[in-house]
Amino acid sequence: MLRFLLSRFALLVPTFIGVSIVAFAFVRLLPGDPILLLAGERGMSAERYAQLQELYGFDKPIVVQYLIYLKDVLTGDLGTSIVTKRPVFDEFLVLFPATIELAVCAILLATVVGVTVGVIAAVRRGSWFDQGFMGVALVGYSMPIFWWGLLLIIFFSGMLQWTPVSGRISLLYYFPPVTGFMLIDSLLSGQEGAFRSALSHLILPTIVLGTIPLAVIARQTRSAMLEVLGEDYVRTARAKGLGPMRVVGLHALRNALIPVVTTIGLQVGVLLAGAILTETIFSWPGIGKWMVDSVSKRDYAVVQGGLLLIAGVIMLVNLLVDLLYGLVNPRIRH
Amino acid sequence: MAQERAASDGEARAPVDAWAMRRAMLAEFWFYFSQNRGAVIGLFVFVAIVMIAVFAPLLAPYSPILQNRGALLLPPFWQEGGSLAYPLGTDAVGRDMLSRLIYGARFSLFIGMFVVALSVTSGVLLGLAAGYFRGWLDVAIVRLMDVILAFPSLLLALVLVAIIGPGLINAMIAIALVYQPHFVRLTRGSVMAERGREYVTASRVAGAGRLRLMFLTILPNCLAPLIVQATLAFSSAILDAAALGFLGMGAQPPTPEWGTMLAEAREFILRAWWVVTFPGLAILVTVLAINLMGDGLRDALDPKMKRG
Repeated sequence: MLRFLLSRFALLVPTFIGVSIVAFAFVRLLPGDPILLLAGERGMSAERYAQLQELYGFDKPIVVQYLIYLKDVLTGDLGTSIVTKRPVFDEFLVLFPATIELAVCAILLATVVGVTVGVIAAVRRGSWFDQGFMGVALVGYSMPIFWWGLLLIIFFSGMLQWTPVSGRISLLYYFPPVTGFMLIDSLLSGQEGAFRSALSHLILPTIVLGTIPLAVIARQTRSAMLEVLGEDYVRTARAKGLGPMRVVGLHALRNALIPVVTTIGLQVGVLLAGAILTETIFSWPGIGKWMVDSVSKRDYAVVQGGLLLIAGVIMLVNLLVDLLYGLVNPRIRH
Repeated sequence: MAQERAASDGEARAPVDAWAMRRAMLAEFWFYFSQNRGAVIGLFVFVAIVMIAVFAPLLAPYSPILQNRGALLLPPFWQEGGSLAYPLGTDAVGRDMLSRLIYGARFSLFIGMFVVALSVTSGVLLGLAAGYFRGWLDVAIVRLMDVILAFPSLLLALVLVAIIGPGLINAMIAIALVYQPHFVRLTRGSVMAERGREYVTASRVAGAGRLRLMFLTILPNCLAPLIVQATLAFSSAILDAAALGFLGMGAQPPTPEWGTMLAEAREFILRAWWVVTFPGLAILVTVLAINLMGDGLRDALDPKMKRG
């Protein structure tokens, strides 16, 4: 197992180097002089220009510049936001919990509902439940989620007035962040109604972000279950008189879940891409909205740092999924 | 349809038996494709959308960018205040929604075709090279693709567009670049599986050159999964381009691209439901039709499904 772990980890190193080159190259590929970009519209004197060029190391050869950048990154220095003047990494740490909270709720919703629907659809293959829900799943898979979010706002926030339109919690409540997760913090604060408010803000974004993963997981679970239900050992289990719940739940589902685990892991990239749109629609203060805002404000230090951090998160999660996959499926460890 | 054309080309040049074989293959393909009712519905809807796109100037009652100051935010005709002059209402500057939606079909189909053509071409070339030559070239290509896959596709496209500048063409190039690794991986995998087969060895012994082996002997046998992936990429490209348009990084106003229309409509969501609902519905219907077709194609092209 240790060797498996180490070999998987070693594979990440070249990818990480590649990702860091992309982030490094990003600022240098932008049209215009990066130092003049820093100065904004005021411009600067030739002296100041030379000073800044030296400060940022732009006078050195490109390879040396990259190595300096890599050293900074590995010591946790990802630069400073041009707009807020705060370190990029600090901003990331403040905003990341909001995205995790949203993404975890979305993937929980998608997994619980998706696996349930997929299993029932497979067991009752060809029934109205199967055809109906697989039709709905294909619609969900084809959904432009930014439009789906707007529709939900029109219906639930506009017409029914059930849910708020944007943000994480009502402005009536204020408490210092402890964990950064609004659901937990609002409970810890002990203020009446705070948890309810946080929950009502979370519902629509969770549905929007969870829609595509839900559809993918439901379809994948159904086809994995169908494959497993045709196997000999399931027939054996049935033949020796086990009840249908036991056959489906214990013998079939456990094996069908192996590919489903991978599918769920692959949804992390989908979730982070979806977070860009979902957070923009609901003004959710997470890293997706942070990236969109930074691109439109031309805060390139943030875009550069954010790219690297988000890719790093995805690589780590993919590694975890790989390890988990090795755990549930001993055959691939070798 | 491409296959139909290929079949009739074959009739002109090759002897009759080749033509009959192709027709039999096409008939078999259509048999399995038409077993899937959803796929047939998807095909009909898709053909209808293609027709709408082709005949847009004839079908649209107005120019998609013509503004009418006397008719701002008119509702659809069945609502109070709407009129049949603007069947689906008008937007905030008095442009006809129906005409904009009709012209929007052109953009979406063009986006899909452009992105698929670009990502398939580059992906297949790289995948073929990696799978056929192996060695350091393979390692380099696979590593490069891993790096692209380490970013969420929409984020990478967003950042690429920030570098090369917002606009529809740049958005399409960015999306194509982001989709390319899937085609590289698929092609590389199939090429590696096919390379050691007897027919390839036989062809090589018979004196076939390297390029002939790669493109004429091996590649046609790797096409089935690529076709399925291409339909998926077609629909995802429409979604992602609309998302970039929605974020203000894709097609720029007043282009009647559906995602850009949604971005312009956002501030009116609680006042004028139609400016938000129709463009999104158009995206959903188009993408759904293509995905339905994709399911049917997979059923028809995947030999494992045929046994069942």
